[in-house]
Amino acid sequence: MKEKLTSLWQKLFGDSVRAFGVVSVVFLVSIAIAPAKNFFSEWRHYQHGYLKVIRNRSEANTLQRHFQGGIQQIWLPELGVVDRCTSCHVGLKEASLTDVATQPYRKHPVIPHNLDQFGCTTCHRGQGAATTVAEAHNSTLTWEQPILPAKYVESSCGECHRGELRGTPQLNQGRTLLAREGCLHCHTVKLSDGSTMKPTDDPPSLSHVADKTTREWIFAWLKDPQAYASTSTMPNFKLSDDDARDISAFLIANSTPLAGDTAQLTAKASADPAAGASLYGESFCASCHAVQNAAGNMVGGDVGPELTRVGNKVKPEWLQAWLRNPRTYDPETGMPHYRFNDAQVATLSGFLLGKSDSDYLANVHLEAATPEQIAHGKRLVSDYGCASCHEMAGIKKPENFAPELSRIGSKPVTQLIFLPGMQHALPDYIAGKIKNPRAFSPGLKMPQYTFTPAQIDALTTALLSLNDRSYSLPPSLAMAGRAETNYQPAGKAGKLMTDLSCFSCHRINGHGGDMAPDLTWEGSSVQRDWLVQFFKNPGTLRPALIRRMPRLNLTDGEVNELTDYIMTVYQNPTVDRDSMPLSGYSQGQIELGKQLFYGKYSCQGCHIVDTKTDKGYIGPTLTHVGSRLTGAWIYQWMKNPQSLRPGTVEPNRAMSDEDARALTAFLMSQKGGEKSPAPAKAVTHKAHTEEVATR
Amino acid sequence: MKANIAFLLGFVVLGTACSRKGTSNISSLKATGFGAAIVESSGGKQFSQTGGPLPQPVVVQVNDAQGTAVPGALVEFTGVPGVAFDPATALTDSSGQVATSVSLGGMAGRYQIIASTFDKSHKEVELKLEEIALGYQQTLGRRLNEQYCDRCHNSESTAERVSNYDNLEVKPHPFTEGDTLNKLSDADLTAIITNGGPALQKSALMPAWGNTLSKSDIQALIGYIRAVADPPSKNAGPVYARK
Repeated sequence: MKEKLTSLWQKLFGDSVRAFGVVSVVFLVSIAIAPAKNFFSEWRHYQHGYLKVIRNRSEANTLQRHFQGGIQQIWLPELGVVDRCTSCHVGLKEASLTDVATQPYRKHPVIPHNLDQFGCTTCHRGQGAATTVAEAHNSTLTWEQPILPAKYVESSCGECHRGELRGTPQLNQGRTLLAREGCLHCHTVKLSDGSTMKPTDDPPSLSHVADKTTREWIFAWLKDPQAYASTSTMPNFKLSDDDARDISAFLIANSTPLAGDTAQLTAKASADPAAGASLYGESFCASCHAVQNAAGNMVGGDVGPELTRVGNKVKPEWLQAWLRNPRTYDPETGMPHYRFNDAQVATLSGFLLGKSDSDYLANVHLEAATPEQIAHGKRLVSDYGCASCHEMAGIKKPENFAPELSRIGSKPVTQLIFLPGMQHALPDYIAGKIKNPRAFSPGLKMPQYTFTPAQIDALTTALLSLNDRSYSLPPSLAMAGRAETNYQPAGKAGKLMTDLSCFSCHRINGHGGDMAPDLTWEGSSVQRDWLVQFFKNPGTLRPALIRRMPRLNLTDGEVNELTDYIMTVYQNPTVDRDSMPLSGYSQGQIELGKQLFYGKYSCQGCHIVDTKTDKGYIGPTLTHVGSRLTGAWIYQWMKNPQSLRPGTVEPNRAMSDEDARALTAFLMSQKGGEKSPAPAKAVTHKAHTEEVATR
Repeated sequence: MKANIAFLLGFVVLGTACSRKGTSNISSLKATGFGAAIVESSGGKQFSQTGGPLPQPVVVQVNDAQGTAVPGALVEFTGVPGVAFDPATALTDSSGQVATSVSLGGMAGRYQIIASTFDKSHKEVELKLEEIALGYQQTLGRRLNEQYCDRCHNSESTAERVSNYDNLEVKPHPFTEGDTLNKLSDADLTAIITNGGPALQKSALMPAWGNTLSKSDIQALIGYIRAVADPPSKNAGPVYARK
């Protein structure tokens, strides 16, 4: 062996000429490594492939002309973008390549941004400067940020766009869920503009909970909130029987009675289901509350709690006090203070108490609570952070109970603990944590939610958008969202509007819900007499709608107070009420308007003027429109509906002044019969009520 | 150099192996029934966003030669890499059916998914279904459709949204009606949406949307119409199918 080595040495380096020759060869080979590596590089391989793909296409010449060989780069210093992705993804900007299915040659799908202005990694993450697939797409020892899976790509939109975007439903949904499913009560989320995300839900106060419900119900609820109501947003804390027993003991012991809340039953709950159902329907309780029907479908809105088994939950005397005036128990409630009389309270409470399930609490038997159990319950309440969501007498809301999530989208993978079998990537970690938090450690406090896979994806998308880059991007790119104002109407009418919870459904001056029409310009829109009638007997133009204005049983004084305020304050400066009269249009004008209505503009596709011939019911019925709206409003609406109500479905037809005037004349002539402008039992009219999709 | 190439090759192999992992797993399920045909029960032609789950599971049924459902047959779902099934393989239940949740790949377009089973002679029987992934533009178009078009152009009513289709004297074309809509060019569709039906000598019941929707909104709507057409529009892009 030794001899062999010696002879080899002799052969290669025996004399200076041989040594020089061998060293030269080694030197040449090592110099050749770099060009060879370059020659065999992946991007060159893909560029060859691209040329092959385009060779047989009809527009090959054009594509060939656009093609530039070599490493390509998009360099945007202010965004921190050095993207060489286009070295392999050669056809990204070629409009004609939409039919190419093989990557990396496909055209980029249409997006509102230009690749040259934003680069690739701004949206897709990954390592832009890399020139191999593995380094660019995956995380490496020196680069943590892999390509973002396509289903979360909307999270990148959220780095700049703080508000709702029509093209990013998943991001919008995720943000809504973050705010309304309780996440923000425990987790702080600060945004790069310095604001803090606010929860939009309002978990009930438990300070007086013993007035409202029983210890047995609390126990069953704590054990499994979704067993009581499948739509409940309260998560499951997976409490043991003993823990649930002790927490329920503490909550009852800690509750203080509220004056006016446990008032004696003034009327016995009536058991007339037909009258109850009809009052429940007339009051449009279903606009906000859902009930599960026999087929298992939810019927009703999700603004208020589900009522399928409400009879198992509430005490009759509490329910009656609540129906009489919910603000006594909860001054902040979104439920309107219906002015129900005693008989109505009896009917409705009887109807609601009947919504119960005899099996629900059948197996819950609790002994009287001991002081030890109550003390243990109190400890558990602070351990689980119950007061983060629920107000409780004597317990302070904990600060920062759970980790802050302001930059969760940039959390280093090295700081994460993954479950076995889980892909080691941040999105998988976040999604896994939301799906089953306790799987990561049985001792974790985060409870179990009941999100669907789509909701988990949406939440993960929203969380991934909370990252370092949302702070480091140039402030000029930040797009603010629609900010909720803190508008409050003034005076007596303002108090009345709060009491009636108008803002739970209506929006005025940028504040309030979106279930019902925006009332910012209502005073310009409607006639006073109609509004008075409407408050007394609200109805709808569109029987197909589930959600409608309820009858609030107002007194004449209250109606006048509200009407005066609306007619005076909610005036649009561009609508001059005196510019168009309420009546007295010439027959010629009316006739011309009618022709335009049925001919040129074919309004009958969506509206009904003549109930015999017209059928459209997308827009409001217009049979009484001349008694409802002002001429000036109709005229301005014809000219530009969106200027009065942004986002309304009615298309802007860019009408000439003459057409708009003639149509106004025709519509103002629709008074709904000569005899009485607002018959007592007529199907009355609320214009422009637009549905809001539930979940 | 060789090492470099081998390394590269290794990566590709590893990459393929990894990407296949999600779509098919070697399952220990043992078939107790064998059918002669596999048919769709529900879940074909659904839309999702790119990369996202389809709203409803895909349900297929295995039948024998007489058309009776076969329980216990092994069904495997496959698609191009990036399409995920949960579960990817399963045995049919007592009614001969298998349901799987499907997530589509990251590119917008049509995805072919294949449900396959074996008959008694161990020959593969398969069913091809198509699902549609909507990209940014089509998603935007879908939202616009829901807001402005669907009430008239979709004859189906839901509890929340009653269709106006039946009330119209001249019936609008549902956007899935590929036979008609595929014949109209993008320019024609743009003209109708922008200037209303009369622009192409059609009914004035179709109003002009040119002052309400922006040009890019209208393009997005057309992108959506092309994506959902049945039979498919040739403007809808490729079908992602396993070779």
